[in-house]
Amino acid sequence: MSETMMPLWEVFIRNRSGLPHKHAGSVHAPDAAMALQAARDVYTRRGESVSVWVVPSSAITASDPADKDELFEPTGTKVYRHPTFYEVPEEVGHM
Amino acid sequence: MSSTTAALQSRRAPARKAKAGGRTSRPAAGKADAASSPLFSYVVSLADDALVLGHRLSEWTGYAPTLEEDIALPNLALDLIGQARFFYAYAGEIEGKGRDEDALAYLRDEHGFSNVLLAEQPNGDFAATMLRQLLYAAFMHPYFQALTASKDARLAEIAAKAVKEMAYHVRHSAEWVIRLGDGTEESRRRAAAALDELWMYTGELFEMGEGERALVGAGVAVDRESIRPAWDATINRVLAEATLERPAPCGMQSGGRAGRHTEYLGRMLAEMQVLHRAHPGVTW
Amino acid sequence: MYTQALNVKDTGKPASAEDPGKLARFQARIDAEEKIEPNDWMPEAYRRTLIRQISQHAHSEIIGMQPEGNWITRAPSLRRKAGLLAKVQDEGGHGLYLYAAAETLGCSREELVDQLLAGKAKYSSIFNYPTLSWADIGAIGWLVDGAAIMNQIPLCRCSYGPYARAMIRVCKEESFHQRQGYEIMMTLSRGSAAQKAMAQDALNRWWWPSLMMFGPSDKDSVHSTDTMKWKIKRFSNDDLRQKFVDATVPQGHYLGLEFPDPALKRDEKTGHWQHGEIDWSEFKRVLAGDGPCNRQRMKVRTKAHEDGTWVREAALAHARKRAERAAAVRIAAE
Repeated sequence: MSETMMPLWEVFIRNRSGLPHKHAGSVHAPDAAMALQAARDVYTRRGESVSVWVVPSSAITASDPADKDELFEPTGTKVYRHPTFYEVPEEVGHM
Repeated sequence: MSSTTAALQSRRAPARKAKAGGRTSRPAAGKADAASSPLFSYVVSLADDALVLGHRLSEWTGYAPTLEEDIALPNLALDLIGQARFFYAYAGEIEGKGRDEDALAYLRDEHGFSNVLLAEQPNGDFAATMLRQLLYAAFMHPYFQALTASKDARLAEIAAKAVKEMAYHVRHSAEWVIRLGDGTEESRRRAAAALDELWMYTGELFEMGEGERALVGAGVAVDRESIRPAWDATINRVLAEATLERPAPCGMQSGGRAGRHTEYLGRMLAEMQVLHRAHPGVTW
Repeated sequence: MYTQALNVKDTGKPASAEDPGKLARFQARIDAEEKIEPNDWMPEAYRRTLIRQISQHAHSEIIGMQPEGNWITRAPSLRRKAGLLAKVQDEGGHGLYLYAAAETLGCSREELVDQLLAGKAKYSSIFNYPTLSWADIGAIGWLVDGAAIMNQIPLCRCSYGPYARAMIRVCKEESFHQRQGYEIMMTLSRGSAAQKAMAQDALNRWWWPSLMMFGPSDKDSVHSTDTMKWKIKRFSNDDLRQKFVDATVPQGHYLGLEFPDPALKRDEKTGHWQHGEIDWSEFKRVLAGDGPCNRQRMKVRTKAHEDGTWVREAALAHARKRAERAAAVRIAAE
């Protein structure tokens, strides 16, 4: 009795704060226009949002968890990318 | 808000007395006009439209065809109930007899309600609900847009908020009407039937009584006839995309503004008002 | 909340049948408070348990729209009407977030809804009780949402990422629900004699079912060990119930209402409120389908779903037509 599945869309919202769009959740909708409306109705009920993106869930390519070590571990040792790696005398003040 | 609720108890008594007196003098075409100022009647009619349609939409909660729509419909309902509250509050102030939003919403009988008949029509199926919404919102959106220029600052202010809400109502209902009209055979049949049933209630959107005409002349209200081109354009565009035929001109139903309603409103109000009226004068 | 029926034995492949190496790494990640994400390896029993728990939770939100929705059209003031409408709408939203979280485990919303409508899935028994007066709306917000929050706050730290994230959103939104309910109870308790009686009657009817929401007593709970080990669940049923009772009893006394439990008393040594014996036979009866509203709730949900079929079909048909037209335009242009 299972009926045809309504496609799944991922919803991204940008708030007034000016930060980038952030994943908020997902909705089911037959097409992009309806997905956008559903996203607005479901994920912006309490205001602040100024922009919504919807993306077909099937269009997202995700990294494989099995590749986690080779993708993300190597950056762990590159401490020179962080400001605290460098010493500046206290008298110089905040930098 | 709390100050309003706190004041309810003291404010209820005169309101009830006034109504009991009014009830004996039926039938009451234009009773509201006779009893109070044209501005009061006008603002109440705007509130009644919004409350009655908002209440109808709220009946859907939990029964919509998709979960997403179960969240969308209450948004529409809340917009309208919010508009009604602003208009009732203002009407109460105009009247100056201490009636607040609840006294106006809960303590008037159907003959005292002056909403258009379109707003009170039962939800029917989802096609009927979306078509009713489109026919209404396609009118109210440009109407509120025009009302933002009202010489009455309060009305202009409420309209400025409502115009954005109605823009979304047009969009949401239009997208659905397009999908239902140009969807399956069944959805098309249902949409066409709903459009046919509701069409005779659209004429009333453009009607104005004496009082309202005077307010138009004074730059307070908006000439409803002036909204027709915008309404026609929206309806024609959406129906064309929905591959639905615009119904031929027909005899239009009327009477809501004068308190003569379809049989549906009395039942709706009986349900809406039952608890409030069962406990006169208390705070909720 | 609404996860009481989790205490049903899982009959699938036991965790002991999994690859021991993978299982050990999985447990180590959980012990290190790492989140498990959709594409990560996980034991089948973990996946099944989560699908069952999250979908039950989602079904409960959806069915839960009915008892409260029962009063939307009769709410006694416009302010209350707006508040209740927004609240019931939130329940729908929470159901939606939760279905989405369950879907990340490889089970579509359509399948989950089918399971519910086929009577194969549980939802919280609390929603099989009727809302008989306006005060029930207050009692549900205060007690049922209060109990739900007790359970949901720890779920925000659940080991499964999508579930935890959904719960964070739910908890954020839910904060107004309990306050809304308590405010209704307070207004009624300070109102007319009839209103006060209404509030007392609602407390009488909702108190015990609310305590039952936390599920069977720990000594009778069959399925807690794995879910505790996997950090899906972090507190036992009895611990959460005690927290709820301790928080709620003083709130009830502040209202001037009486709890329908003559044995209820404060233990001076521990400071905890001790409640009387819960009637577990009632709990089992309602869970088994013989509550006052089980049939009604399912009938209404099934009808809403079936009535909406033609709408969903139309929307999909239109989307197909559009896609075909767009494709035809592309081909013509080439």
